[in-house]
Amino acid sequence: MMAGRGKWISLAVLALLIGLLPLVFPSGYYFRVGALIFVNALSVIGLVILIGYAGQISLGHAGFAGIGAYACALAPEHLGLHPLLSLVLGAGISAAMAALIGKPILRLKGYYLAVATLGFGILVSMILTNERALTGGPDGMNVADPGLRSLLRDMGWRLSGGEFWYGISGLVLLVGAWLALNLFDSPSGRAMRALHGSEVAAATVGVDVARQKLRAFVISAVYASVAGSLLALQNGYITPDVAGFLHSVEMVTMAVLGGVGSVLGATLGAAILTLLPQVLTVFAEYEQLVLGLVMVLVMIFLPQGLLPSIARRLKGRDA
Amino acid sequence: MLTKTTTALVTLAALGALSGAAQAEIRLGVSVSATGPAAFLGDPEAKTIEMLVEQLNEKGGINGEKVALTLYDDGGDPNKARTFATRLIEDDEVVAIIGGSTTGTTMSILSVAEGEGIPFISLAGAISIIDPVREYVFKTPHTDRMACEKIFTDMQAQGISKVGMISGTDGFGASMQAQCKEVAGDYGVEIVADETYGPQDADMTPQLTRIRNTDGVQAVLNPGFGQGPAIVTRNVAQLGFDVPLYQSHGVASNAFIELAGADSAEGLRLPGTALLIADSLSEDDPQYEVVTSYTKAFKAAYNQEVSTFGGYAHDAFALMADAISRADDAEDPEAIRDALEKTSGFVGTTGTYSFSPEDHLGLDLSAFRMLEVKDGGWQPVE
Repeated sequence: MMAGRGKWISLAVLALLIGLLPLVFPSGYYFRVGALIFVNALSVIGLVILIGYAGQISLGHAGFAGIGAYACALAPEHLGLHPLLSLVLGAGISAAMAALIGKPILRLKGYYLAVATLGFGILVSMILTNERALTGGPDGMNVADPGLRSLLRDMGWRLSGGEFWYGISGLVLLVGAWLALNLFDSPSGRAMRALHGSEVAAATVGVDVARQKLRAFVISAVYASVAGSLLALQNGYITPDVAGFLHSVEMVTMAVLGGVGSVLGATLGAAILTLLPQVLTVFAEYEQLVLGLVMVLVMIFLPQGLLPSIARRLKGRDA
Repeated sequence: MLTKTTTALVTLAALGALSGAAQAEIRLGVSVSATGPAAFLGDPEAKTIEMLVEQLNEKGGINGEKVALTLYDDGGDPNKARTFATRLIEDDEVVAIIGGSTTGTTMSILSVAEGEGIPFISLAGAISIIDPVREYVFKTPHTDRMACEKIFTDMQAQGISKVGMISGTDGFGASMQAQCKEVAGDYGVEIVADETYGPQDADMTPQLTRIRNTDGVQAVLNPGFGQGPAIVTRNVAQLGFDVPLYQSHGVASNAFIELAGADSAEGLRLPGTALLIADSLSEDDPQYEVVTSYTKAFKAAYNQEVSTFGGYAHDAFALMADAISRADDAEDPEAIRDALEKTSGFVGTTGTYSFSPEDHLGLDLSAFRMLEVKDGGWQPVE
């Protein structure tokens, strides 16, 4: 499938896009949209590992994004932690949580797994909504500025908020993509893909199925958590919506649309679904309709997702 | 084919540039939650502002300059609201922003507006929006705390000192619940029972039974919006729980009486605005003119009843238009902000606004009127 060379091509394409697009941005608003795309793409890459590599479904990953986001909001206030360390703390909590709940629920398959993860996401969202004293309830809460931008300014590097977060989330996305692509060809990645094909066959050749599933689940939870943290930090304000069911569905939709087995495809899916509401503001009322239509068409005509299907078609013609 | 398209595009772009240059415009940005869970707020807000902009432009605009409105629907998502606020400022280059139907979306827009120095009038209730005062941020709705104070003042006058509270766990109910608990003591009111319900709950009888079984409850207070308060009202009547029932300004509409049933709602009280009693307002009332002209125009344009929330948007737009007309430079956000802060004695549908550097809400308790349901309609409590 993807050789070592493919990995570097994917990374180079991504890096070039992130680095060169700002040259054609007509206004600061595009930096904001770009930063949002990168943050979404990051959590979707996590899902590529879980769904695309290991073949497990999750409808509750927004729960981990919520944990990451609220870690960045709460830890600086209550523990006096630096916002960046809070991001790491959030990722740690998400990983621990994923390991804890992953053990029992990854024994489930198909619909049952979907419903169990769904339950987890809703639980996190409910806690964030109802623990008013701690989280500010449905109105949300402020997130402290990490102070990195003013640090850069002191070093003589003036950046607008949009430019700064574009750069940071772009960098984190590159690192995330690099790690995910590395995993693909590693023994763990191969084991995950093997159990995706057939759990029985994978177990027969010595793959520890439960362990690899759990590993994929934990890794993807960390991706979602870091994405949630980045979102909270760049918005400076966070509400329980980030952990909501709709956000979980949005993530899976992005992954499926772009191509659930492909890191670049995931980025493309995130880009399309982040851009659509911005492009469709004129027909805001029909936004859901267009989204639904796009999904149905992709599922019927390009069931592998946009990027892999197009790539395959191009290759087929070359040969 | 490609060249043709390109030519067409270039022509279009040139045309657009020409029409833009032909006339000076005042660019106003709006981001409200016209769809999604907060649509009951954002929908009347969007309709109101669209209608008012059209009216204003027909009359020749502000000092001869037309208002160009850019309106986005953030769907109640704070993340989207922030993106749209950025877009309004950076891309659409607006001079002022109105919007933020919910507290969450307001807080997102607020930090962008404050950072870029663009005057912003919020349509959300929370007190944290204007306390502490932020340089560029104003708001038109009363705070939840003021609603609590108005209710407790009325209770005090009725000799009520022990209250059972039942609140929705949605943003509105939860915020008002907390504010009411904070100020109850100032009015000699004690919250003896404190129950909650989820926004989707269909029956509140258990919570109300617990309140009824609490010693000495003299009245029930129900902070919340949507269908919850209607169900509470019905349940109170079904239980034959015979104490005064107080609702919040969140359900101040005729639709609420229909939903709860006129029989069950009879006698309940809430703090509302003059909009609800537009028909029975006396002509001497300072708000008579603005309230009747808005209700009539809205009804004519959309064949719908006005709501308190549309009234907030009406006032925000009227305040902003007034400030722009008084500003030294109608295209300078800084000048608009300064003019806005100098607003004094401006009569809106919600109340009379007077901003100052220390007060960016500019309403006092007199803006609220205590209303009572009588014979299936709203009547002011004398």
